[in-house]
Order: sequence, then structure tokens, then C-alpha cells
Amino acid sequence: MSITTFIIISIIKSLAMVGVLLTAVAYSVWLERKVSARIQNRWGPTRVGPFGLLQPLADGAKFIFKEDLTEPHVYKPLYIAAPMIAMVFAITSISVIPFGNWLTVGPWGTYLQITDLNIGLLVVLGITSMGVYGVALAGWSSNNKYSLLGGLRASAQMISYEVSLGLSLVGVLIMAGSLSLRDIVDAQGGVFWGFIPRWNIFHGQTLAFFIYLISAYAETNRTPFDLPEAESELVAGYHTEYSAMKFAMFFMAEYANMVTVACLATLLFLGGWHGPIFGPPILQAVMPVIWFCLKVFFFMFLYVWVRWTLPRFRYDQLMAFGWKVLLPLAVANIVYTALVVAMRAQYPGRF
Amino acid sequence: MLHLILFLFFATICVAGAVNLLVQSHPINSALSLIVVMGSLAAEYLLLGAEFLAAVQVIVYAGAIMVLFLITIMLLNAGKEERSKGSRVATLLGIPGVTIGGLLVAWTLLGRSSTTHSVSIGALWGDPKSIARLLFHDFLLPFEVTSVLILVAIMGAVVLASRPEAVARGPRKDAE
Repeated sequence: MSITTFIIISIIKSLAMVGVLLTAVAYSVWLERKVSARIQNRWGPTRVGPFGLLQPLADGAKFIFKEDLTEPHVYKPLYIAAPMIAMVFAITSISVIPFGNWLTVGPWGTYLQITDLNIGLLVVLGITSMGVYGVALAGWSSNNKYSLLGGLRASAQMISYEVSLGLSLVGVLIMAGSLSLRDIVDAQGGVFWGFIPRWNIFHGQTLAFFIYLISAYAETNRTPFDLPEAESELVAGYHTEYSAMKFAMFFMAEYANMVTVACLATLLFLGGWHGPIFGPPILQAVMPVIWFCLKVFFFMFLYVWVRWTLPRFRYDQLMAFGWKVLLPLAVANIVYTALVVAMRAQYPGRF
Repeated sequence: MLHLILFLFFATICVAGAVNLLVQSHPINSALSLIVVMGSLAAEYLLLGAEFLAAVQVIVYAGAIMVLFLITIMLLNAGKEERSKGSRVATLLGIPGVTIGGLLVAWTLLGRSSTTHSVSIGALWGDPKSIARLLFHDFLLPFEVTSVLILVAIMGAVVLASRPEAVARGPRKDAE
């Protein structure tokens, strides 16, 4: 492949990925409003377009035309930079997520992924860990006690749960023997006994999956761990002083993070794009992407479902749960997985 | 060529961040400049082909440790530092010292330019597998000893942070 084609294909892939991600973000908000309405026996948005499908566009227009207030008491440089930091890191992490296998269009072929790195998983974790700054700086630069408390809570919570989140992934890495997301997905192909897929969740990593899921909810500041923006005690937490598009950027960053975390859960535990393939050749070519999207959708739905089912934790409960329950469980999972893998290597065929 | 341009780009950012760290009078701005320094160092590691080290540098230093710095600064609500005139000893000894040190380094490097040569991408073993082999095979004992040392430090921190009367009383009895 010549360098020009490579650059053109990369640009097309990047634009498509960002476009899909931002659309997914907009429609996750719509999904959240619709599902929460269903759960509360209401209709949700119905006025703009069929089933309220154009509601995200209307919301976006509203955010753009609202007055952009900057209070006189804020620390201006960081107050303006904070939503940008949150948004940039939330979008960047999508760059190493693979969402399908090799695709051939005429003479050109490409992996359905912006770029495949041999440290792909670490890149996602690194970028996510940088996203904390957006929230922390927003809280501090607003010069408001509620914002500061929200920002502090958010950063403390995200650091605490990042530890158990990272450790819950080690089991998967031991099984796959690679940090590349593509290799991890490839290691999950095939089936047990003809019908159970060889996904990591059915392959000894069930505990790790639930640790990851719980930590991911805390990482993205979603209920039952949404203490950084607990309305009843902190007004709106770190984004109390933000309005218009700056507020919308925090909102979009939160939903983009949710999408990334859902993609990661799909890739690491639910076998990525693996699934039954059937039908005519064209359908077969797009089936993996459809499977991937369905699994991600399942996680997005789960987010909303959990939000309207569980009440909020208390702050000390949150910290105790992270450090005293999730962390030991994650370490135990690493020891168990390492033992089983080592035994298998030592006595082949007996485990 | 591209390699050199990227190196110079990130090196400039790194040095600028370090200078800004000293110049800024507000602790938060200094901490943020330190994050920039850490991040550009990670990019330099990446240029050497040490991708694992680069990722860990971002996750651990720029991501976790600096967040703790920020939290501490925010909790203490540290304000702007006051500018002092600076001590005369520092001016008299510091500037000549730094100049002599810099000249020494330059002289050593230039004097041996025939034996030293620049590193190219991938010249170092930086992939996770070879680092794991170094850590868990060649240097297993120092690695494990370091982790025990860190454990001792953590225990010391717990003892220091807990209230003195609680330590003096010893473990709480359930009968009381």
C-alpha cells in the first residue's frame, strides 16, 4: 500500500469513527431519556421527529444558542480549558478500539480500526486516566465550594476505581498473552462443546467481568456512583458554574466515556465482533460489525437500566467498597488465573 | 529526519514545561506544567521505541501521581506564592555552578562524539515481553525487594496517618 493511500484511508477512518462516536453520544442521551421514561411509566421525548428521534439535534441547537456565561469569580484560563480537556481525552480513546475484522473494498483493504498498537489497552487506560484532569480542574477553577467538592470527589473516586479496573483486566491479559486489543479479541474465537462461545466471560473471567463492570460505572461517574454530581447535596458538582456549550462538552465527554468503556467491555469479555455469521456474502461482511454494535448497545442499555434501578451510594461506602471489596477480589482473580494458566502449561491436557 | 524533528519538538515542550513550572507563581499552574513535562517525556520514550515505558509513564506519573498532587493542592487551597528576593548565596554560587556543570556535560559529550552515536527507533527493547523478562527473570530479586520496601513505606504511612491515641491503645477489643 502506498503512503498516499494509507494516509487517505486513515483520514477516512478517523473521520468516520469520530462521526459515529458523536452520533452514538447524541443518541445515547436520547436512549437514556426514552428508557428512563419507560421505567417511570412516561413517554419521554415525543415532539421533535418520530419517537422524538430529532431531539438530540434540537438539544444541540439549544446548547449552541444559549448564553455562554463566565462568572467573574472563576479562574478563567483553567475554567475554559477544563471542558476541552475532558472532551479531547474522551474522544481520543476511541482511536485504538477495533470494531470489526479485515474489510476489503475493491483493491483496498483495511482493518476496521483507526490504528492497531501492541500496547492498545494501555493507551486506552492512559488516556482515560488523563480525563480526570478535566473534572478536577473544572471543580477547582469554578471557585465554588460545591464545584470543588464535586471535583475532589470525582478525582478521588476515579483514582480509586482505576486500580481495581486495571487489575480486573490482568486476568484477560494473561489469557490472551498480548496487550493489543485485536489479539485479545482473536484469542476469544471458537466455541466450547459446539454452542457456548469462547468469550472470556465464559472462560474463567466471570468474576473479572463483574469487577470491571462495577469499576467502569464508578470511572464514568454513573449511578450508583454519581457522587461527584449528587444533586441533593452538591447542586450539580463540578459543572455547577458551567452553562451552554461548555456544559454540553462535559455532558458529551461523559457519554463518550460510557461508549468507550462499553466498547472495552465488549472487546475484553464478550468476544468483540465474534458471533454467528450467516446469509449472503454482503451480509457476512458486515455481520461482525453488527455483532459488535449490538453488544455495545447492550452495555449502554444496562447503564440506563442500572441508573433508574439503584439508589446512590454514600461516600464512605463507595470508598470502602472500592478498596476493601473490589481490590482484593481483583487480586484474587489474578492469582487464580495465573495459577490455572501455569498449570495448563505444566500439565497439558489435564486442566 | 522526521525522528529528529519530533525529538526536538517534544524536547522543546519538555524544557518549556520545566521552565514554566519554576516561573509560575500559582501551585496549580506549576503542577499542570509538570504534567506537560511528564507527557512529553512519554513521547520521547515512544520515539526510542520504549512503548510500554511510555504508556506506564502516562498512566502512573501523568495520570495517577499528578492527580494526587492536584488533589493535595486543591484540599490545602494553596494560594499564590509570594516572590522573595532570593538569597545572595544562591545567586553567587548557583549561576556559576550551573554554567560549569553544563559546560562539563557538553565537553564530555563532544569529546566522545566519535564513540557515541544517536539512537534510532526500536534500538532499545521496549516491548512489554522483554521488559517482563528483565523484571521477572534477570532482576527478580531486586524487583521483589523493592516491592517489600514499598510495602514497608505504605505501612509507615498508615501508622503516621492514624491518630496517635489509637496506635497507643493497640487493636480495639470487641468486649469493650
